[in-house]
This record gives sequence, C-alpha cells and structure tokens, in this order.
Amino acid sequence: MSKVYLALQDNDVSRYIVEAVEEDNPDVTAQYMPAMVRLEADGQLIVKRETVEEKLGRDWDVQELHLNLITLGGNVDEDDDQISLTWNQ
Amino acid sequence: MTIEIKTATLEPVRNTYAHIERRFGDKPATRYQEATFDVQAETNLHYRPLWQPEYELEDERRTAIQMEDWYALKDPRQFYYGTYVQQRAKMQEGAENNFSFFEKRDLAGRLSDELKQKVIRYLVPLRHVEHTANLNNMYCAAYGYGTAVTQAMLFDGADRLGIAQYLSRIGLLLDGNSGEALQEAKAFWMDDAVWQGMRALCESSLVIEDWFELFVAQDIVVDGLMHSLFYEQFDQWLAENGGQDIAMLTEFMQQWSKEVARWSDSVLKAAAAESDHNKQLISEWASKWRGKAGEAFAPLAQEMLGDGALESALAQLDKRLQKAGLAQ
Amino acid sequence: MAAKKLNLKDKYRLLTRDLDWEFSYQDREKAFPFEEFEGIKITDWSKWEDPFRLTMDSYWKYQAEKEKKLYAIFDAFSQNNGHLNVTDERYVNALKIFLTGVSPLEYQAFQGFAHTGRQLGGVGARTACQMQSLDELRHVQTQIHAMSHYNKFFDGFQDFSHMHDRVWYLSVPKSFFNDARSGGPFEFMVAIGFSFEYVLTNLLFVPFMSGAAHNGDMATVTFGFSAQSDEARHMTLGLEVIKFLLEQHEDNLPIVQKWIDKWFWRGTRLLTIVAMMMDYMLPNKVMSWKEAWEIYFEEAGGALFKDLARYGITMPEGAKLAEKEKEHISHQAWWTFYTHGHAAGFHTWIPSDEELDWLSAQYPDTFDKYYRPRWELAKKMEAEGNRFYTKALPQLCTTCQIPMLFTEMDDPTQISYRSSEYKGEKYHFCSDGCQHIFDDEPEKYIQSWLPVHQIFQGNCGGPGVEDILKDYYKMNLGADNMDIEGSPDQQRWQQWKNKAS
Repeated sequence: MSKVYLALQDNDVSRYIVEAVEEDNPDVTAQYMPAMVRLEADGQLIVKRETVEEKLGRDWDVQELHLNLITLGGNVDEDDDQISLTWNQ
Repeated sequence: MTIEIKTATLEPVRNTYAHIERRFGDKPATRYQEATFDVQAETNLHYRPLWQPEYELEDERRTAIQMEDWYALKDPRQFYYGTYVQQRAKMQEGAENNFSFFEKRDLAGRLSDELKQKVIRYLVPLRHVEHTANLNNMYCAAYGYGTAVTQAMLFDGADRLGIAQYLSRIGLLLDGNSGEALQEAKAFWMDDAVWQGMRALCESSLVIEDWFELFVAQDIVVDGLMHSLFYEQFDQWLAENGGQDIAMLTEFMQQWSKEVARWSDSVLKAAAAESDHNKQLISEWASKWRGKAGEAFAPLAQEMLGDGALESALAQLDKRLQKAGLAQ
Repeated sequence: MAAKKLNLKDKYRLLTRDLDWEFSYQDREKAFPFEEFEGIKITDWSKWEDPFRLTMDSYWKYQAEKEKKLYAIFDAFSQNNGHLNVTDERYVNALKIFLTGVSPLEYQAFQGFAHTGRQLGGVGARTACQMQSLDELRHVQTQIHAMSHYNKFFDGFQDFSHMHDRVWYLSVPKSFFNDARSGGPFEFMVAIGFSFEYVLTNLLFVPFMSGAAHNGDMATVTFGFSAQSDEARHMTLGLEVIKFLLEQHEDNLPIVQKWIDKWFWRGTRLLTIVAMMMDYMLPNKVMSWKEAWEIYFEEAGGALFKDLARYGITMPEGAKLAEKEKEHISHQAWWTFYTHGHAAGFHTWIPSDEELDWLSAQYPDTFDKYYRPRWELAKKMEAEGNRFYTKALPQLCTTCQIPMLFTEMDDPTQISYRSSEYKGEKYHFCSDGCQHIFDDEPEKYIQSWLPVHQIFQGNCGGPGVEDILKDYYKMNLGADNMDIEGSPDQQRWQQWKNKAS
C-alpha cells in the first residue's frame, strides 16, 4: 500500500489538527522537520471537521486547512465534514 | 539577547531594484511599484506559441493601440495581489453579513411574489453577463501587455466570478436553495426575447480578438450601462416598490462598480492620451460597442424601467467617454 | 419557506458550474479556438470533478488572511534587519538564483493559467485555472517583496528581471516555461499543472524552504510555506487534469504519456539548479539532493504512478536515468558555476572541509571517487594563487539549454553528448531525453534563443565577455560576480558582524 501524506506548517493551529488526525487515523506517523510537520499513513488519511473542532474548541471550516497546509500526496476528496487523501491501491 | 548595531554600518547599498530606480529615481519604492513595473519578460522569447504562431508569447501587437511604455496604464488603486485580496476580503465580510442577516430574518418572506419574480427576471440572469465579463477580463490578463494592466485585468476577472456567485446566491435566497430561481433565470437568458439581445452581445464580445477593444466593449461600455441600469435605476425602483432589502444583497456590486470605474477610466484616459492614433481607434471602438450595447439593453431597459432609462444610462457613459478625452 | 441546507458540492455546482451556456449567436469554437488542435478528445466537460470547491469570496477571505500574516512578517523582518540572522553571507546567493531564475517563472505561470483559465471549454476547469493564475501572481509578487530587503544589503538581486531575459544560465528556466506556454492548453496543463506542480514542485519548495528555516532566513521560509499552501490546491488540480483527460477518451492516453515523459525530463533538468543549491549553497544543510529526490520523487511519485497505472500510464521514460543522476548532478552543476564564476550573477566558493566531509557521507558511492579530488585540486590551486576559471563559453544543449556538463551515468568521467541533424543543421543535446524532445518537435526547438549562439552572432553586444556581462546583462562586475571570498557582500557582512558582536 502506498503512503498518503500531508505536511502542515508547524504552528499553533496545526498542533490541534495533528492531534485530531492522530485520533482519527491510529496508524498515522507524525514527523517533525524544520518549520513543518509531515503526517503520513498507509493508503488513506482523513481530517475530520468534528474532531478538529473538538480539539480547537471552536467552529472550524474544512477549507481553513489550506491556511496551514504545505503539501499533500494522494487523491483528495473534500466536503463539509472532512478532507480525505487516498491511493486506490 | 539584544544586538546593538550602529545604524551607520547598516546603511543599505541601494534603495530598490535597479529597474525601479531607473524609472523613479534612487529612493525607497512602494510595494506596488516593486511588484508591478517591468516584471513581465520583454525580449528573447524562445518559441512562438503553437496556438498563435503569428505572435510571440508576449507581444505588443495583440492590440492595435500602441504605447511607448505599457506601464503608463497603471492602476490608481495601486492593487498588487496582497492589497487586492485584502480589500476584497473586507468587502466580502460586509456582503457575508448582509446575506446572513437577510437569510436569518427571512427578508425574502417579506417580498411579494411579484417583486421576487422581477428580481429573478432582471437581476439573477446577470450572472451570465458576469460570467462573460470574467472570461473577457481573463482574456485581457492572458494576452495583454505589461504587468500594470494585466494584473488589474486578472483582478477584474476574479471579481466578476465573485459577482456571478453573489447573484446566484440571490437566486438561492429567493428559492429556498432549491436552485429553481437559477433555472428560471437561465431559461429567461436562453429563450426570453427580452434577454436575447444581451446574450447575443455577450457571445459576440467573446469572439473579439483585440484585447484593448475587448476592454473598451466590456469594462467601459457594457459595464457602464449595466451599472447604471441595474445597480442604480433598478435599485431605485426596488427601493420605491417595497424591495429595498434587495439593496443589501447588491451592496458589494455597487461599491465595486464605483471602485473599478476609477481604474478603468484611468486606463482609458492614459491610452487615449498617448496618441491620436490611439484616440481614434478607441473612439471607434467605443462608438461601435455603444451602438451594439444600446440596442441589446433597449428592450430590457424598456420593460424593466420604462421610458428614458436607457437614455440616462447612455448619457452617463458619454460623460465618461468625454472625460477620457474621446470624441463621440 | 424553510431553506434546505446545501452541502459544499451542491452549492459550488449551483453557484459556478451552470454559468456557461450553449451559444446561439456565435460559433462557440471561435470563442474557444484552441481546444482541438492538440488531438485531445473531450466528449463531456460536465464530467470534470472540481478539485477544490472554493468560491471566490472564500478565496478572498483565506488568501487575505495568509497575506496579512505574510506581510506582517516581511515588515518585522526588514525593521529588525532580519538579513543579519542568516547563517552567513554565502547563503544569500541561493536567494539570488531564486529571484532571478524562479520568480519570473511564477509570472509566466500567472499568464499561462490565465490563458487556460480563458480557453478551456469547461467552466469548472477554467475556474480552477483562474484561481491558480491569481495564486501564481501572488507568488511572484511576494517573492519580489521578500527579496526586496535583501536587495538593499546584498549585490546580485537588483536587476533580476533584466537578467532573466538575457543571462546565459537563466535561459534554462525561462525556456522551460516558454516551452510549456507555447504548447496547446492541454499540454500546458500536463506540463505545469501535473508534471511540474504535482510531481516535481515539492522538490523545489519543501526542501529548499526547510533549508531557509535552517539558515535563519525567516522571510523566505514564510513566503515559501505560504506559497506552498496554495500549491496543495495546484497539485489537486494537476491530478484532476490527468484523470479527466484519461477518462474522457482512450485516444488521449498516448498523447498524455508523451507529455508526461517530456515534461518529467524537462523538469528534472530544470531542478539541477535546486540540487546544486541544496548540496552546495545552504551553509546549514537539511538533506542532500539525493535524499530529497528519494522522498519526493521516488517514494511520493512512485505512489502516484502506481495509482495512475489503472489508466495505462507508466513511469516517465527518464525516471530510471534520473535515479542514477541523483548521485551526480549537483556536483557537476556547482563545479560548472565555480569554473564560470566570473560570468555568474552570484558568488561561488569551494566547499569547506566540513562540507566536503558532509558530501562524502551523503554520497558514499560517488563523491570521493569522482568529485572530491576536483575540489581538493581547486583548493590547492587557489591557495597557490591560481584560482581556475574556464574562459571558453560552454556549448549548450539545444533543448534544456544547460551547458554540456552532464556525464554518461555508466562512465561519470565521460560527458554525455548527443546530436541530431535537421534541415542540414546539426543540433547538440545533453541526453537522450533532450534529444527525443527535439526530434519530436524540431520546428519548435530550432527557435531556441541559445545565449551562447547569440553571443557568437553578436546579438548581445561585446565583443569581449566583460562587455557583455557589464552592458548587456547589466552586471556590476566585481560586485555581482566572482568568488564570495573578498566580495563586497563578504566585506559588508564581516563589518556588520564585527559591529554587532
């Protein structure tokens, strides 16, 4: 299975997003690099609005992810509730 | 940790980029200047485009007007990307508040069916005109010459997509998000006699090849008439006939038109002032498109507002053209 | 009437996708004239899947927030003389390459995506291109603004735009983008949207920006990462383009595969300069070019091409060779600039002993064997007062326009050299990849504005190289070029640092 990934700027909001992603994707690995954090998982990775909102304690629009995003790998599907990255094999 | 540095040792070597210095002298430059002037490549282009081998990728000859310095077509608003999006973000915040207030208080419910019908028939179909304006300004951004004018065209193109989407949202507010109002408005656009002149006008603007002619047709003539007829005169009519709440939803467009006219007037004026050659061409274009647009708007203006409406819009346009130094 | 709640997809569809219409009064092909000549078959634009569903108002909102943050940092950076915090004066030379070589490409991307944002037949695809066009304008402008402060304190930034149009090595990036833009709209989307943005751009931004972070360059890190946040959208668009073209018609597959092969190779050649920056120009290293290539191309690109296999797409033709080249190209490129340091618009130097050791460790199979001995010799010659310069003008590859500096991969002492005849003229290439690209479209590449040819033809002033550098390139000789050792940049740096401590 190929790895999908997401890299975020290493800042305060990202910390909550990373926490949410770790909760929703148990096999994700977070790798800290200068000024960025890279999240990587086998085949699929999901960022759920509800979980991020819970961590942040406020409303959070899935499109707000773009404020902190550096890069990603995988097929993207984005709706009101989540953004998912997948490889089909 | 504090670092004490004698300021004398930190004197800059130069104040700005060399090409900016050559234009404006050796002094600190504005962000608009650094982001705009001489950014586009001008020489030693490698390959002719397969899609237009008669031109270079950057080519002054894509319009018949001629400029000694294309950067004379600058933007009085001094928009570069950062100032542009921040200005629009402010405006969209206002629009967002207005739209959600309108929705929360169910102001649509206070409008008579007859009034709603008017909005669907006259205002919502403008989304297709805006879509045309989006494409036309993208055209000028892609094939125009010099960053001063191409970046402003790009911003205008983006604005028009935004306005098309706001107009669509007006439809959705009226039809309870079913999309029926949008369908109905599109049916008017496609088939109703009153809109066919406008649709034909839009389609013919989309095949104009000279980008400056297109700018005159779209951003000066069509937009000028549209602003007067829909956002001034029809707005006035709505206010007088129980539809004043609609003005909340068109505030963005009202504000926008005023701001953008400052830019388009100034580009028109600078291009016309350059030479008699330019002045004559622009006058010809303006009068040609004034004629076509006048005919296209006529049945709409008559049905929507009655006698005198189009004349008043045309008079406003003529005043602008005169101010830009153009003969009628 | 209670309004039903619209989800993101439906809302976007209603607001955007239905704006276009069937023409009745004009020939639609006249309004969208470039859709067919490349042989791509589109049967139904409505099948386009929007890669992201940002309405214009959300775009303004989020982008304004990014810009506000970014410019606050630029202001703080210049008010606090942030340039003093970079590792050392050598570092800034990587930024000179960036501003003269890369930023003008962002400008070309703005116009290229304005072109496809006007010309593609589907409103969904056009809108996505238009947003990318805006983003690209953002990138060139934020880069100019980020570098504006450095320009006030260091040499070599001041005439970036003039230089980009003329200087010999800058024709490499310029011709790359001219090539993409002069292709049809679909080739442009595959070239830039997919091959460059999706497959290769991470190699430009991510390691290089991490490098900036590692070298105390706050302005560059900030614009770099802020630009990358747009790049994620661009990557999604690039991938959607490929999927859409392949799903539309089976006849599109060979065309798309040919473009992927071509643009992978063009892109790989272009990135040579990034390889050199990472391995030689960053005083504090983040990772080697080789490692970056492994993470961002072999691993990430590998996953991508595995995913695309279901459409019949295979790994780009040049990928195998590129895997070997990752061990060599940064060394070969920096050596070329070192030996042409008099004609470069930035400073060069011999790596320190510590850096040579780092390179030996990163490149155990190649560095000690092929490249370290050269540097040891150069060091010795310099110590003896015989700094070595190559006076001859280099021969350029007709396609990528890089001097013939690459070697055969099974014999790294042998320069790789190919040639083709066309209409009685002989054309030279650095590789099979570049030769194939030429052979496929010779009429295009015989137009190349090859800087060295142009010099020989007398089109760049002269007659001496110094005259060309000074008058045609507008280089400040003795300040912009030559070694970092003894340069005005270095003298000022030492003065600032002495006063500061």
